[in-house]
Amino acid sequence: MMAMTMAEKVLARASGRKSVSAGDFVTATADRVMAHEAFTLCGLQLLKLGVERLADPDKVIVILDHYFPAPTEQMARGHAVARQLVERFGVRHFLGYAGVCHQVLVEQGHIHPGQLVFGTDSHSTTYGAVGAAGTGLGLTEVSYVLATGEIWLRVPPTIRFVFGGEAPPGIMSKDVVLQVAGSFGTEVAQYRAIEFAGPAAARMSVASRLTMANMGVELGAKFAFFEADEITCAYLRERTDEPISPFGPDVGACYEAVHEIDISGLEPQIACPHNPGNTKPVSEIGEVRVDQAFLGSCTNARVEDLAVAAEILAGRKVHPGTRLLVTPASSRVLLDATRAGYTETLLEAGAHLTTPGCGACPGGHGGLLAPGEVCLSSTNRNFLGRMGSAEAEVYLGSPASVAAAAVAGRIVDPREFWNGTTIG
Amino acid sequence: MQTRIRGRVWKFGDDVDTDVMAPWNTISAPWEDRRGSVLHIRPGFADQVRPGDLIVAGRNWGCGSSREHAPENLKLLGIGAVVAESFGRIYFRNCIAIAFPNLVCPGIAAACEEGDELEVDIESGRVQNLTRGTGLEGEGYARDMLEIVEKGGLMKVLEERLGGGGDAPQ
Repeated sequence: MMAMTMAEKVLARASGRKSVSAGDFVTATADRVMAHEAFTLCGLQLLKLGVERLADPDKVIVILDHYFPAPTEQMARGHAVARQLVERFGVRHFLGYAGVCHQVLVEQGHIHPGQLVFGTDSHSTTYGAVGAAGTGLGLTEVSYVLATGEIWLRVPPTIRFVFGGEAPPGIMSKDVVLQVAGSFGTEVAQYRAIEFAGPAAARMSVASRLTMANMGVELGAKFAFFEADEITCAYLRERTDEPISPFGPDVGACYEAVHEIDISGLEPQIACPHNPGNTKPVSEIGEVRVDQAFLGSCTNARVEDLAVAAEILAGRKVHPGTRLLVTPASSRVLLDATRAGYTETLLEAGAHLTTPGCGACPGGHGGLLAPGEVCLSSTNRNFLGRMGSAEAEVYLGSPASVAAAAVAGRIVDPREFWNGTTIG
Repeated sequence: MQTRIRGRVWKFGDDVDTDVMAPWNTISAPWEDRRGSVLHIRPGFADQVRPGDLIVAGRNWGCGSSREHAPENLKLLGIGAVVAESFGRIYFRNCIAIAFPNLVCPGIAAACEEGDELEVDIESGRVQNLTRGTGLEGEGYARDMLEIVEKGGLMKVLEERLGGGGDAPQ
């Protein structure tokens, strides 16, 4: 029996074959199909073709996250149609407005190790944090999967990043993945799968893994896996009654490249405008005023992230020249952070709390930027014009860096305020 | 759909992302209102480009979002094909799904200037620079990809598969 990578194992099973190798074309059956607001367009496209029945509505999960609460009447109408289509197609898993799709699907236990998951969102690589093969598709491809249950895929070669060493103070998993983007470039995994591995990855919480798998797509990846280990299984068993088993690559699997990275000497990292790969250690950033500090998105707005921000902001005030926006990744995150006292600490410091969801990250609503403004954001993309004006500048950093900038009014080394680490 | 496309070249650089092809705050707008925002990094492009023109780009063209509006907008502008050093993979799949020819062709950025006339064959991968009399070998489409494009996109494939019966197949 041929040894396979995680990507090969998932795609062999999903295409009903004993084994597959990188480069093979397969027709793979989805285990989960996630659709956000794009469900409206998918559903209407299918009805136009006369499709009245989805291949397997129980595999479909719909959640409205990009525009909630609806900022315009047009968006409200889109949501209304989405709800009608959910009814019409008999989708049982309609998760309403519970937060950003990727966070909610994982925290509610819908995603399991070894599954093949398609989503109408590029950050569907996030599901790799729990050992699932998650990938984003456009609405036409998702429509096809909704109707038929399957789609063509080319089995990707895999690149393995092996992280060793002890995380130094002030470091979060965001710094690790930004450093990878900076050193290896945003195309390192183009048309490929990633496996994040090694002792430092094995110590990470599911929250920390979600951040890195989320940014897998910023490295070009089709899938961005972590091995589903005991940490993963313990996390998921609290969230689902279905059986959960560890899942990883076979011993002796064939990798296109293996990169060993020691995180011991890592400094906090900042991605400069207008690309996530334009990354520098914070010490090389120089004087950058921050008008808006944004703590939000499926990348970095979990309880772990809000806890670090609260630790930094406790007893301090947001700089008068800066606004700090906190958009929790989900309603569950907001509830847990509130119970833990983090929300109160952030509000005391002068943060502005917005409704859980995507918010300002993709530039829809909830904190857009004016020309000439600078934002330090805990999100995944700093493309030109992404968060509002094309004359604004977006920098990316960890939640610690965002909170530190909110206090200082400029980009600073978060270790001035925090010497912890979220990497165990 | 024809697999051989001929047109004059507009050149773009590396890492041109989906968000500048289809800014999020425009994607729900009617075409006439959002037309001018397509590839706004090059002011006036939407008005200068002629139907059948080609784009030649550097690395990672279409990196970023899964929004299908990115290739759809280029198609609506009348772009005949995009030839690039490499593509963002979701963008590239979206192009196949909507039957919009995009070809990977290493070396293309250095092999042509703006205004050159190219002939692109997505089946063989061959790119000929008719202005300079030179040629390059790109990555021709695999059979599975070509079939979808030749049928006019994935929704046409689905329509055919459904046989007009309107029921999802088993």
